[in-house]
Amino acid sequence: MSLADLWSILPQTLLEGLLLGFVYAMIALGYTMVYGVLELINFAHSEIFMIGGVAGLEVFRYLSNGKGLEVHNPFLLLFLALVVGGGVAGLVAVLVERLAYRPLRKRGTINRLVPLITAIGVSFLLQDLVRAIEALWHNEFFLRYPTYPLLEKTFFLPLGMTIQTKAILVIVIAVLMLLGLNYLVNHTKLGRAIRAVAQDMNTAALMGINPDAIISRTFLIGGSLGGVAGVLFGLMYTVISPYSGFLPGIKAFTAAVLGGIGNIPGAVLGGLVLGQLETVGGTYLSFLTAGNFGSEYASVLAFLTLILILLFRPQGLLGQNVGEKV
Amino acid sequence: MRKTLLVVIGMLALGIASAQSNVIKIATVSPLSGGQAVLGEAIKLGAQLAIEEAQAKFKAMGFDLQLTPQDDQATPDVGVAVAKRIVNDPDLLGVVGHLNSGVAIPSSEVYKETNLAMVSPANTNPRVTDRGYLNVNRICGRDDVQGPVGADYAVKTLKKKRLFVIHDKTAYGQGLAEAFAARAKELGSSVVAFVGTEEASNFQPLILQMRALKPDLVYYGGIYDKGGVLLKQMRERGVVATFMGGDGLDSSDFVRIAGKAAIGSLYTSTAGPADLFPKAAAFAKNYKAKFGKNVESYSIYAYDAANVLLSALEAAIKANGGKKPTREAVSKAVREVKMDGLTGRIEFDNKGDRTLSDYYVFYMKTDSYPGVVQKVIQFAPPKR
Repeated sequence: MSLADLWSILPQTLLEGLLLGFVYAMIALGYTMVYGVLELINFAHSEIFMIGGVAGLEVFRYLSNGKGLEVHNPFLLLFLALVVGGGVAGLVAVLVERLAYRPLRKRGTINRLVPLITAIGVSFLLQDLVRAIEALWHNEFFLRYPTYPLLEKTFFLPLGMTIQTKAILVIVIAVLMLLGLNYLVNHTKLGRAIRAVAQDMNTAALMGINPDAIISRTFLIGGSLGGVAGVLFGLMYTVISPYSGFLPGIKAFTAAVLGGIGNIPGAVLGGLVLGQLETVGGTYLSFLTAGNFGSEYASVLAFLTLILILLFRPQGLLGQNVGEKV
Repeated sequence: MRKTLLVVIGMLALGIASAQSNVIKIATVSPLSGGQAVLGEAIKLGAQLAIEEAQAKFKAMGFDLQLTPQDDQATPDVGVAVAKRIVNDPDLLGVVGHLNSGVAIPSSEVYKETNLAMVSPANTNPRVTDRGYLNVNRICGRDDVQGPVGADYAVKTLKKKRLFVIHDKTAYGQGLAEAFAARAKELGSSVVAFVGTEEASNFQPLILQMRALKPDLVYYGGIYDKGGVLLKQMRERGVVATFMGGDGLDSSDFVRIAGKAAIGSLYTSTAGPADLFPKAAAFAKNYKAKFGKNVESYSIYAYDAANVLLSALEAAIKANGGKKPTREAVSKAVREVKMDGLTGRIEFDNKGDRTLSDYYVFYMKTDSYPGVVQKVIQFAPPKR
C-alpha cells in the first residue's frame, strides 16, 4: 500500500461521501423542521424515509412486471417513483402527526417525554406494519431495487473518479429539492407562517395563522423530502427493507444536531459533514492505523467528532443560542 | 363436596393423560423471517418431508410424530429464547437446526442442560462440535476445512496473489474468513486487507479500499443477504476482482440479489447440489411437488438430519421396550446411528462430526443457481 494509492482514491472517496451526505441532509431536514415547530424529536421519521423507499420500489415493480401498465424509460420510472415515494411518505407523516402527536398536544401534555416515547412507538409500529404488508403482498420484505443499464452508465471524470448516471441524478435531485425548500421557507407565505409558528405558536395563532394546519404541512414537507431520500437511497445502495430506515435515520438525526437542530441550512451542512466523516473514516481508518481499526470504526469516528463539536459548540455548527421560550 | 371431588378426579385424569402422552415432537429451529429466510425455510421444509414420511411408521409403534417449526430470526438472543421455551415441552425429543453457527453455539448450551439431541444440517463453525457435548451433532462439514479448501482453490488453481478478505463479524463468517486467510498466507499469497463489517447496505468504504489495494480476489465470509449486495455494488463501481465466499452464499437468493454480477463468482460449500446425489432426485421431485419450490442445498441436509433423529428415536424406543425414551437416551442413540442418507454414508465420531464430509467448490457460470461444481473433496474432521 503506497502513499500514491492512498491519494489516488481520495477524490472518489470525497465524491461517495458527498452522495451519502446529500441523502443524510434530506432526511435531516425532516427532523429539523419538525423540531423547529414542535420541539419534538420525531423518531418515526426514519420509518417515513423507509416507507418512501418501499413505495418507490413498488412503482418500479408495478410498472415493469409485464402485467399492468408498462413503462420502459427508466428516467420516467424513476420520476414516478420519486413522486409516489415522496407523496406516500408525506401523507404517512401527516397521518402520524394527526393520529399520534396532535391528540397529545390537544390534551395539553406538558411532559416532553410523552410525545418522544410516542414517536419511538410509532417508529416500531410502522416498521412492522410495512413488514406485514410486504410479507402478505409479495411474501418477502427484503426488497431490491431493479437496475437499468441507462441508470448504471459509468462516466469517467478527471482525477481517476468515476460516477454513474444514477449518482448524478441523486446529486441533481437533492440539490433541486434543497433549493426548492429554501425558496418555500424563506420566500412564500406558507414559509413565513411556518417560521412564525416555529418562533411562537400562540402569538402566530393570534395573528390569524392556524397552527394545526401549518404543523400538518410541515410534516408533509419534511415527510416528502424523507420519502424522496428513501427512493434515492434505494437506488444508490440497491436494497431496502422495513429495517433499513433505522441506521440512516439515527445518522441523519445526528446530522441535524451537528448542524444545529431547528436550523435548516445547519441540517444540510451537518448531513454533508457526517457523510464525509463516515466515508473518509471508513476508507482510511484501517490504512492509517495499520489495520488495527477497520472500517467498522467509521461510525465511532463520526460520533466522536460529534461529541467533540458539541462540547465546544453545544448549539451545533450553525445553531443560535436561543433563550428559553416563555 | 361432590363438585370438588369431580374437579380432583378430572385433574387426576388430565395428569395421567399427559404423563402417558404418546406424542413425540421434533423441532426445526432456523430463520423463517428476515434476510436469510430462504435458507431457513429450506431447512424447515427438508425436515418436514422426512417427518411426514415417517409418521405412519411411528403410528404403528403407537406414537404420534409431530413437527414444530421455530423461527430464530438468525439472531443469537432470539435463538436462545426459543431454545429456553421449547426445552420445557416434555414431548420434544430432537432438534434439527440451526442455520447460523453464531446462533447454534449459545442455543445448544440450553439444549445441553436437558441433553436434548440437536442434529445440525448447516452449522460449520468448528466450535459447534469442538465443545464435545453429547447432544450436539452435525451432518455438514467444518469451516476449518472449508476455509482452507477455498484458499487452496483460490491460490493453487486460480493463482490469486492479492486477497481482500471481508467477514460479517458473526461466529460463522469470521471463523471461516480467518481459516481462509490463514491457509492462503501459508500458500504464499498476501492478504492485503482483513476487515469485518456489520454494514448491510452501504459498502462504499470497502469498495474504495479495493480500488486502492487492487486485489485480484475478494473473499466474503458471511451470508448471501449481505454478500450479494456487496458483490452487486462492487461490480457497479467497476471492481473486477474475482468474488469468492463460503456456504453462506450457497442459496438461490444470492443470485437473485446480485443478478448478473453473480456470474464468475465462486463459493465453497459443505452441501452438494441435488443432482450430485443419485438418491436425491426423487426427494427433489417430491419437494417441488409438495412445496412448489426448488430444493436448496441445505434442504437435503435437513432431510438427512431429521432422518438421523428419527432412526435414533426408533432405536431408543426399541431399547426402552416400546415406551417413550428419555432425551439422554435419544442423544446417545444419535451417536450410534449408522445409515445411508441422501448425502452418503452417515456415521458420527465421538464429538458429533461426521466421520467423512464432502467439500465442494462451485463456480457461477451463468446467473442461475446452483453453480457448477468444480471440485469435490472428502475430508475427515481434523484431529486435535
